[in-house]
Amino acid sequence: MPERLRHLARWEAALAVALAAVFVLGVTSSSEFTSSYNLFTLCTNIGDIAIIALPMTLIVMVGEIDLSVASTLALSAETLGYLWGHGWPMAAILVVVIAIGGLAGAINGFLVTRVGLPSLAVTIGTLSLYRGLANVVLGPQTVSNYPTFFTNLGVENFPGVPFLSWSVVIFFVLAIITGVVLHKTPYGRSLKAIGLNREAALHAGIRVPRVKMGLFVLSGVVCALVGMLYTFELSSAGEGIAIGFELKVITIVLLGGVSIFGGVGTIAGVALAAFVYAGLHSVLLLSSSFNDNDFQVVSGGLLILSVLVPNLPSFAQRIREVMRRRAARNRASAGALERSA
Amino acid sequence: MSTAAQPPPAGDLASPRRLVELVLRARTFGIVVVLGVFVLITALIQSRFVDGGNIRFILTQTSLYALVAVGEAMVILTRNVDLSVGSVVGLSAFVSANQFGAHHFPIFAVFLVGLGVGIVCGIANGAITAVGRVPSLVVTLAMLYIIRGVDTIVVGSGEVVASTEPNGFLAMPQATLLGIPDMALAVTVIVGIAAYYLSSFRSGRDLYAIGSDPDAARLAGIPIAKRVFMAFVISGALAGLAGVVWASQYATINSTAAGGLELQEVAAVVVGGVAIFGGSGSVVGAALGALLLQTITSALNTVGVSSLWTEAIAGFLLVLAITLDRGIQLRLSAALRRRRVRLGA
Repeated sequence: MPERLRHLARWEAALAVALAAVFVLGVTSSSEFTSSYNLFTLCTNIGDIAIIALPMTLIVMVGEIDLSVASTLALSAETLGYLWGHGWPMAAILVVVIAIGGLAGAINGFLVTRVGLPSLAVTIGTLSLYRGLANVVLGPQTVSNYPTFFTNLGVENFPGVPFLSWSVVIFFVLAIITGVVLHKTPYGRSLKAIGLNREAALHAGIRVPRVKMGLFVLSGVVCALVGMLYTFELSSAGEGIAIGFELKVITIVLLGGVSIFGGVGTIAGVALAAFVYAGLHSVLLLSSSFNDNDFQVVSGGLLILSVLVPNLPSFAQRIREVMRRRAARNRASAGALERSA
Repeated sequence: MSTAAQPPPAGDLASPRRLVELVLRARTFGIVVVLGVFVLITALIQSRFVDGGNIRFILTQTSLYALVAVGEAMVILTRNVDLSVGSVVGLSAFVSANQFGAHHFPIFAVFLVGLGVGIVCGIANGAITAVGRVPSLVVTLAMLYIIRGVDTIVVGSGEVVASTEPNGFLAMPQATLLGIPDMALAVTVIVGIAAYYLSSFRSGRDLYAIGSDPDAARLAGIPIAKRVFMAFVISGALAGLAGVVWASQYATINSTAAGGLELQEVAAVVVGGVAIFGGSGSVVGAALGALLLQTITSALNTVGVSSLWTEAIAGFLLVLAITLDRGIQLRLSAALRRRRVRLGA
């Protein structure tokens, strides 16, 4: 355990340094980087993704994964568009959307915990299923006549702080709650226990299936709510909304030092990673030679690096082991030769 | 310890092994039955569905999906997954077909370019997964976006249009031999080769061993990293070839070509009876899974269901297939345990 903690502390310190470096890079490369407008754009770009990263962190923590987040978000956004287009009141839509998100998560959770299927396979399937349903709900049309009270969530800053978007404020509040729950409560410890050793957690009396089920439902509901928020920010809901969000979310979670095998990670790391990611995106976009497609490549590279780097020490160790084994084999074969001779 | 390594007397294992084989064969046969029922019902509603032209169309479409599914199946057999195939097909389609206009390459050279693009992508996937020991899910998810990003950069604002491609290339999907599309025949040969390789070659059997129990495979001395690397390279190579096929079928290629293909491929492979945990299934099943998915898509179009449903149905079938397989697996292992008890082993 101490070994692991030390590793984590190093990882977060590295992220903090990276964040500072990105900030310095931004300030030196463009005078616009620190403008309220740019920082506000940075915040709106990352807020929604960072919010989804929180339940994803918990799911990865227990050794599972949810690839259907972007599709659940889209299903919620398209449902919002459809119902609003049919004259439903916003309060009723909110209830329906939460129910849909919960149901989407419950289907994932049921297949993983009760049927015993790997979450990877299940959520690849529901990624396609929920996205397909989202396409069917609204078809090729777009709905965009939402009341300004809601769409202002996307264009107005948090009162008094000109560069802060509402989504980032919501993220901070949720991150603090999630952080306290994960790191300071028995429930949070049980999540880590499940991720580190599922059998031991079962024998310690943790209701593993129920906990996992809860996390998938939570993820579904959060994605559905973010779907509404995201729709308001874009002030429209249409086909192909939030495609590829799952990559960004998983990149942030793994870059934040959460182990893909479960049990290890902190919310602080994930929050730092979110802003390293957003800052890098902003710096690259400000330099004229970069566009969003280029950042797709950077983003994928970051994801690979964030899982490859923690493997490097064991990689070096493996090389040493292979060398030793090869030397031993050589000695053995030399011995065999002597005996046969 | 040497006695443990010896195979137990044949009599003890013969009947359980036969049972396993029977169930697996029944699983493949099940797809054929579902396929038959689907074709029958659709044909009763709309007889146009079974005329020669439509069947040839379905077979040509399937040959592309089946080609990628063969490689995907080999990767999934090793308990990995290749989510980057859609991007590889897209990149290969553009880069290869672009050679007609840019350098006036002959058709076979364009196929080589596509193959090369695929192999490079496969090497990248395989090296990071097998050597870096990073979960293939993460690697290939990242590669999905990296390769697509590279594709977008390479394509820029341009696209390949039909007028730059030779007529012989665009006529390939229509070419037939004895009424069967050439492409379907070629892919059948590739499926046959892959099936023979997987069932009869040591390195092919190793893929099953790695997928069913990686730890046991390592202890048995199987070079896991090498085999997994090879599976990814084959998957990339076949996706690269499929990119050229894509180019010949669609003629117009921009940077979004074959987006989302990976989901349909994973669905085809799993519906075709390859266990998502690896270790069991066949490439013939995977190809049949691709045929089933394409037939269902075409059937829905024929009876007037919107093509918007295609994606949802592929996802639903994937979930249904893994649920069914899980059920079969539980029943089968229970049955095997009962037999073992009866045999007193």
